[in-house]
Amino acid sequence: MAEANLNAAAQVVTLKPAKGWLGIDLKELWHYRELIYFLTWRDIKVRYKQAVLGIAWSVLQPVLTTAIMTVVFGILLKVESDGLPYPVFALSALLPWHLFQLSLQKSSISLVGNANLLTKVYFPRVIIPLSSVLAALVDFAISLVLLFITMAIYKIPLTWNVLWVIPLTLLSVLAAMAVGLWLSALNVQYRDVQQMVPFLIQIWMYATPIVYPITTIPEGTFRYIYSLNPMVGVVQGFRWSLFGGSPPDVTLLISSLAVLLLLVSGLFFFRRMEKTFADVV
Amino acid sequence: MMDSDLSILVRGIGKRYKIGAAQQRTDTLRDLITAQAARISSTLRGKRNQSNDTDHIWALRDVNFEVKRGQALGIIGRNGAGKSTLLKVLSRVTDPTEGYGELRGRVGSLLEVGTGFHPELTGRENIFLNGAILGMHKKEIEARFDEIVAFSEVEKFIDTPVKRYSSGMYLRLAFAVAAHLEPEILVVDEVLAVGDADFQRKCLGKMGDVADSGRTVLFVSHNMSAIQRLTQDSIVLDKGKVLLRAPSAEAVDFYLNRGLSKLGERFWEEDEVPVSSAPFRPLAIRILDKAGQVSDSVRSVEPIRIEIDYELTEDVTGLRVGYYLFTTRGEPVFTSFDIDSEELFKEYTARPKGVYTSRCTIPPDTLNEGRFLLGVNASSYGIRRYFQDDQALSFSVDASGAPGTHWPEPRPGPVRPVLGWEIEQRGSA
Repeated sequence: MAEANLNAAAQVVTLKPAKGWLGIDLKELWHYRELIYFLTWRDIKVRYKQAVLGIAWSVLQPVLTTAIMTVVFGILLKVESDGLPYPVFALSALLPWHLFQLSLQKSSISLVGNANLLTKVYFPRVIIPLSSVLAALVDFAISLVLLFITMAIYKIPLTWNVLWVIPLTLLSVLAAMAVGLWLSALNVQYRDVQQMVPFLIQIWMYATPIVYPITTIPEGTFRYIYSLNPMVGVVQGFRWSLFGGSPPDVTLLISSLAVLLLLVSGLFFFRRMEKTFADVV
Repeated sequence: MMDSDLSILVRGIGKRYKIGAAQQRTDTLRDLITAQAARISSTLRGKRNQSNDTDHIWALRDVNFEVKRGQALGIIGRNGAGKSTLLKVLSRVTDPTEGYGELRGRVGSLLEVGTGFHPELTGRENIFLNGAILGMHKKEIEARFDEIVAFSEVEKFIDTPVKRYSSGMYLRLAFAVAAHLEPEILVVDEVLAVGDADFQRKCLGKMGDVADSGRTVLFVSHNMSAIQRLTQDSIVLDKGKVLLRAPSAEAVDFYLNRGLSKLGERFWEEDEVPVSSAPFRPLAIRILDKAGQVSDSVRSVEPIRIEIDYELTEDVTGLRVGYYLFTTRGEPVFTSFDIDSEELFKEYTARPKGVYTSRCTIPPDTLNEGRFLLGVNASSYGIRRYFQDDQALSFSVDASGAPGTHWPEPRPGPVRPVLGWEIEQRGSA
């Protein structure tokens, strides 16, 4: 009887050729939640190892970028900034942008960087890009504190709207995850991807209202096309939730739909490619 | 659903690889674009896509077997017979192309020793990370943590980054984690070829424990005596097919007698040699004893002859053919090439196409007792490496009759030279 129980408890794994466009098995992901946790923790732990400044880099990076942008765009080029002090204007957009950028950089090379795991152990492959994205959230949380300090210095009051930062952060995580799924899977086969990512990030940054306000983009059809960039809605929403002004309109809706489309297609693409990761990586 | 007393059930499993993927990998987008363009243009010109079975190779085909719970099954076969592919399919690293299988319970593998270890993390951190990668839950790892540390004998350095570990400590820690995974199905792939004697004993001991505790073991090895000692049944794989399933003694006999492996000699089949090796094609390597007989076990006090047969399908300039000698722990002993001498170097600057044998003799009283591994290398210095096989052939050296063997102690070190000792009495006390 005890044996029968043991048998019932043991999970049966089926081996068969994978077919078709399967979705992500959420139950299995839940089963592997501790692995997600440990891989995320490893990525965070390792990133700033043997760096004298350590985790302080996650604050220094946005500070330095903000300083550069303030000098170039705020002081020299006198770019308009919605009536806000330029450093606050830039930093508020740089936070979600850095989250997106770091997630993208890390996740696009994540599968290739973990090739030794892919070829030796089974686990849902999606965990690897997922944990790269989650690790970037820690940097984000730290720099969020920095933003609040900066706002206090410039005496900008917070409103309840600030709670919108949470769903907006989630949206940028999903956007990064979606693009990360595409790029990481493509990079397994075509290492060109990792060469292209820095340029992609550069173009993407200028296609997002970070150094300039969204009002620079003419309203109407062109603005809608522009909003297909998921980060447009995120950045615009961030500025609104922190400083008020015009609430996120159809821009955010278009951006969210774009994220959804990218994410669903990314998941399917990833699932399709993952069967051959171990053979081609 | 399979019978409840079965642990593994495999039906008609096959795994096909594209050889195109190895030969002309479309690794970059440019390659892909040119390949696609070529395909489109040939389609436009009315030529059908020539893709058929010749583009593919079946690493496994129509594999059927089952393993009962608590049984230890050996898997025997030459390099390239499909053993590692089978293990990869069973551990779900890669999907089969066809067929069906069921596994009951967690599959753990000693093949994964150290997988996912991160050099920057401490021993403690790596235990948790590695455990999670191997499928252990945090609670399980916590419960066994002290046991794992004790087993690994690295207590003092548990909070030191593993990049500061010696390779021995690293291996012990990695093995300790894998050994405490306690899977329902344990896969062991040729662990006996690495690590020192203690490590090998630990592996074998652990395997014995696992089998005794009613779990299932799959054991892949070239070591026929270990197969016979540790498994009841074995399957013999050749060219991706199961040739035989029988009690291990019978399977080992079959394997050795079928010429699938001749001890002391190794033949390369055409499909074992990468296409990129051309125009060099290795044919065979063998060890000959003093009497000129092919032998797996030679004596330290006698000369040992090594022959490498190969074919050149074109004229080759600057070719050198030689071997590396390693101990089975992976320590290099020496490296030697056929045109090391000035005369042969001049005489064989260019070799016309044809079949060749390069042979040499290791003088008596060179190697100590133990098992050695020959790796073959064929290259043109600074230009190209045609072929390399780091594990072409292994052989044993027996030290009986060598100086110093009147003491029965084993002597450390891979060489056992005769050193012409002199003793001089410098006065009397």
